[in-house]
Amino acid sequence: MSFDQSEASRAAQPEIATSRRPQGRRYLFVLPGLASGIVSFAITLLALVLVTFAMTRLSPIDPALQLVGDHASQSSYQQARVELGLDQPLPVQLGIYLKRLLTGDLGVSLSTGQPVLSDIARTFPATVELATAAIVVASLVGVGLGILAVLKPGGAVDAIARFVSLVGFSTPIFWLGLLALLLFYARLGWLPGPGRLDVAYAYTVEAVTGFGIIDAFLSGQDGAVADASAHLVLPVLVLAFYGLGGIARLTRSALLDELGQDYVMVARAKGAGRARIVLVHALPNIVGPLLTVLALAYAHLLEGAVLTETVFAWPGIGRYLTTGMFAGDAPAVLGATIVVGTAFIFLNAMTDLAVGRLQKRRGR
Amino acid sequence: MAEHGLNIRNLTITAPSASGEIGIVHNLSFSVGRGIVALVGESGSGKSTTARAVLGLNPEQFRVTADRFSFDGEDLLDLSEKRWRSVRGRMIALMPQDPKTALNPSHTIGRQVEETLLLHGTSSRSDRRLQALDMLRRVGLTDAERVHASYPAQMSGGMAQRAMIAAMLVSRPKLLVADEPTSALDREAQAVVLSLLSEFSRDLGMGLLLISHDLALVSRFAERVIVMRAGRIEEELAATALDDARSTYTQSLWRARPSAETYGQRLPVMDE
Repeated sequence: MSFDQSEASRAAQPEIATSRRPQGRRYLFVLPGLASGIVSFAITLLALVLVTFAMTRLSPIDPALQLVGDHASQSSYQQARVELGLDQPLPVQLGIYLKRLLTGDLGVSLSTGQPVLSDIARTFPATVELATAAIVVASLVGVGLGILAVLKPGGAVDAIARFVSLVGFSTPIFWLGLLALLLFYARLGWLPGPGRLDVAYAYTVEAVTGFGIIDAFLSGQDGAVADASAHLVLPVLVLAFYGLGGIARLTRSALLDELGQDYVMVARAKGAGRARIVLVHALPNIVGPLLTVLALAYAHLLEGAVLTETVFAWPGIGRYLTTGMFAGDAPAVLGATIVVGTAFIFLNAMTDLAVGRLQKRRGR
Repeated sequence: MAEHGLNIRNLTITAPSASGEIGIVHNLSFSVGRGIVALVGESGSGKSTTARAVLGLNPEQFRVTADRFSFDGEDLLDLSEKRWRSVRGRMIALMPQDPKTALNPSHTIGRQVEETLLLHGTSSRSDRRLQALDMLRRVGLTDAERVHASYPAQMSGGMAQRAMIAAMLVSRPKLLVADEPTSALDREAQAVVLSLLSEFSRDLGMGLLLISHDLALVSRFAERVIVMRAGRIEEELAATALDDARSTYTQSLWRARPSAETYGQRLPVMDE
């Protein structure tokens, strides 16, 4: 009897509450406002600083010995330890380090003898210049290839896109860089070799901003801008080729995923053709994942295209970092790592924010 | 015009599989003129494949053969993709199952309603807007201006379904294929949507092919009912004659409907 009653009341419910639909997932993206974005940004940043600090203190390199050299007397060695604060307990050292960091003091590089901050101000723009040009080329070509591949699946472009992704993905970048130099510089002579500027300009173009093309323009010399641009071509192409494979692959697979959605069937039922469906219907819906991947690729390039910068003798932060590492230059490595890591975290936070905004509007 | 509406004789659809061609639909024959015809069957009976074939939306690998497969005298069998595009939306429209996934989340409702017009030659932007607003009001979305500017995520399921109807009927097609148009809605919204569709069918002189697994629901709206089973037509009869169905399969489907009389009792189960 009681069973019957509960059955009846359950059956009556839908009639009372009309057109009820679960709407929970719409609220999933309300949370990440600006505030929570800033909080998570700060936490990640703190973690980065702690990890880099721990790494330098755990490494077998003795900064005091680095500073005074192998043949220093015991007393000057001890003096250097005190100057560097190495005689203090670790938490105190961390406190000193954090306090300096907040005032922008990253220490003095052991190998260049300059403040690390000014070293980075000199090298980071060169990397930003390279990475930005590379990500622009990689995005345009990668997304373009992905779209073309989907417009005609199984066609020639599809085959090319898949081949390029595979090669770009599996070829060591330094090897690609060396081959490009061999062909376009040594053999064909179409493009200049390694370096940021030709010897003719290297000592006359003043590094004002650190961005090679802008500095060349500011110097007002004939042909300086053209030379700076020409030097940019090969490393940018090599880096872009490396990055565009993943971008093309993601564009292709995300678009194909979208093509299986109900709304695509509906658009077809309205009489829309494939080009319209891919470009007008599917493309706006993959902007989220696409943005995330592009930002990651960009951050990856900023992180110092270490090998590319080495092959092309590019005066960027990647090369500064490697040189510092080989010289056991702890302040330089630490400073560069923090700057690069901050750029990485910042870029990711901005992407999350943008994607969150996008998805909130669409209720996905 | 030789003949009116959709005419299908001996429609057979096969799909390739690892073990050779498998038949999905066998020798299907029926026609839809101006009224409402219901195509009913269990899942896997081939009704959705039939529905998509009417719009040429099945995967390319599917092979469609028929003695006759035409709409308003135009042969649909060997239509080029380009010709299909001018048929879809303008002559024959599709009403999808779940309006929430059938609307593009990145486009406003207005844009999606206007798209059908844009694709079929209404070049004036203000014309399209006026017609879309008019249509949104006709499907019962009285706050048409606001709905026009809304994104699908901002609408309830019932509103989205109405917007979907507006998007499909704004170009006044001659036949609407509704593939389970109410299965994502609750009981009350189902009846509302079906009344709306049958109202439009009457007002626009539009044929309506109603695909459903719910015999009891569609029998209230359709004039004729075609019962499909395993890719074949089991029986075709007037909706009023369902009580006297000849086929035992139809009888058991019909008996399995819940109603006031059977309330609290166990319903008969389908036995093979």
